[in-house]
Amino acid sequence: MSATDSTEHTRRDFLYVATGMAGVVGAAAVAWPFIDQMRPDASTRALASIQVDISAVEPGMSLTVKWRGKPVFIRNRTEEEVLAARDVPLDDLKDPLARNANLTGQEPATDAARSAGEGRENWLVMIGVCTHLGCVPLGQAGDFGGWFCPCHGSHYDTAGRIRRGPAPENLYIPTFEFVSDSVVQIG
Amino acid sequence: MSGAQSTYTPKTGIGRWVDARMPLPRLMHDSFVAYPVPRNLNYAYTFGGILSIMLVVQILTGVVLAMHYAANTEIAFGSVEKIMRDVNSGWLLRYLHANGASFFFVAVYVHIFRGLYYGSYKAPRELLWILGCIIYLLMMATAFMGYVLPWGQMSFWGATVITGFFTAIPLVGEWIQQLLLGGFAVDNPTLNRFYSLHYLLPFMIAGVVVLHVWALHVTGQTNPTGIEVKSKTDTLPFTPYATVKDGFAMVLFLIVFAYFVFYIPNFLGHPDNYIEADPLKTPAHIVPEWYFLPFYAILRAVTFDIGPINSKLGGVLAMFGSIAVLFVVPWLDTSKVRSAVYRPWFKLFFWLFLVNAVFLGWLGSRPAEGIYVTLMQLGTLYYFAFFLIIMPLLGLIETPRRLPNSITEAVLDKNKGGSGSPAGATAAPEGRG
Repeated sequence: MSATDSTEHTRRDFLYVATGMAGVVGAAAVAWPFIDQMRPDASTRALASIQVDISAVEPGMSLTVKWRGKPVFIRNRTEEEVLAARDVPLDDLKDPLARNANLTGQEPATDAARSAGEGRENWLVMIGVCTHLGCVPLGQAGDFGGWFCPCHGSHYDTAGRIRRGPAPENLYIPTFEFVSDSVVQIG
Repeated sequence: MSGAQSTYTPKTGIGRWVDARMPLPRLMHDSFVAYPVPRNLNYAYTFGGILSIMLVVQILTGVVLAMHYAANTEIAFGSVEKIMRDVNSGWLLRYLHANGASFFFVAVYVHIFRGLYYGSYKAPRELLWILGCIIYLLMMATAFMGYVLPWGQMSFWGATVITGFFTAIPLVGEWIQQLLLGGFAVDNPTLNRFYSLHYLLPFMIAGVVVLHVWALHVTGQTNPTGIEVKSKTDTLPFTPYATVKDGFAMVLFLIVFAYFVFYIPNFLGHPDNYIEADPLKTPAHIVPEWYFLPFYAILRAVTFDIGPINSKLGGVLAMFGSIAVLFVVPWLDTSKVRSAVYRPWFKLFFWLFLVNAVFLGWLGSRPAEGIYVTLMQLGTLYYFAFFLIIMPLLGLIETPRRLPNSITEAVLDKNKGGSGSPAGATAAPEGRG
């Protein structure tokens, strides 16, 4: 290959390595935009937050709104539902974490940690997407009186916690806050 | 077979002129006219030809459907209905395309099971088999993305469930899912990219088919005896013998296809897909198309955690594993005898495997509850046991029947009404290669 058989580094060796490296780096640099374009675009990524008027949602009623292409359940739970969720020993839960984006992430899945917090324990705001494979669970159905996913049979309780079936985690709670007593902002 | 001298002699001046410059007619002649095929091929061997015809049917109907379809969530569903009602002959083209996908899979399943039965994957045809597995994977991806395009309820929720598989992967799962969807849920970006890829993949399939046929023509075809061709009397020229046999089988196959297209075009479909996609409402019962059902049953069979692997990841791994295991079949089967005809125990386990695969398909259409879950688990157990336990062990302990000395001998023996094991034949089991 090289003009002489010496082990000395020649200018040709340098050119081989330089060309090879430029080829590898170049290929990677060109490949990235092709992959990158597939990620959610700016309009999708823009953290669309929505405000929802919940003044008409009486105890025992739910509202489903669309946020980031996904349904969000807003439920004004009845006294019985809250009590039923509170009575569940934490050892009975398949997923022990609260999955509440408004908390730090390691809280146990108590009913209080799942609800909208002090004074608003009756409110439950969750992303209505089954943590198994993404179907929308049906409300007030299943063996625990909460939600039931018809796709692969996951049962959630009245605090949206997975109790039986293939789903690995509790229904996620998105970032949200009560702007006033009648308006909740999601996102 | 391989390295055989070309017998092509151009008869015209133009033929000689082309042959000296780019011998494509010579390649065609050597591959599809003079090409020697084993003389004992049965109708199970006609599905390769049927598959290539189905690929052509799908590409032709697909290209013209693309002239009328619009990949936008606002109008996709409507544009498909427009094809059905307004476009001239649109109903026919769409039904050909939709049922064509199903019949493509019918043919590929016969083709795969034929390969398993006659040991077509064994040396020296491992690469041929692996190329076939790649084609099968590409077919599944193409069919899945095609099913999303009409933007019906099953399209949407099928896409949601299947892209949901990727969220089972630890750490990067969610990132990968968003990369596939182009958003946080199945939406317009998803539909657009699926359309683009659905148009691209069939041509990639065609490319791998060329490699598949190339590999086939290097090693030559197997045959029901599993014995390699030894002399010229073992073979017949491709044309007219194989051409006519393939052609006849193709006609019969297309008659059944036409019956579905013209009389029961929606039999293999799902009524929910005639309801426009609604991201806020999941259909009561999501099922994939019939050709994915066995894998869907395997996915749902894992309802328990295995060590650090939760049930969701376990199900996804089992499902992908059930396809991945096909790639290593040439090395899992330890038997020196190629064809199941001479392997009494393998034959039994093979037919059990086939029945089990159909059974898993049926279970895939059932809800994941009660006794069905247990049955899915048993079916999944046998599916994997067949490849991972029975195949390696059986080759070591099974006593095969005596093989005939040659294909010719097997054919003559059969014509005499013999049993297939000629008296005094002392042929050793066919060695690898």
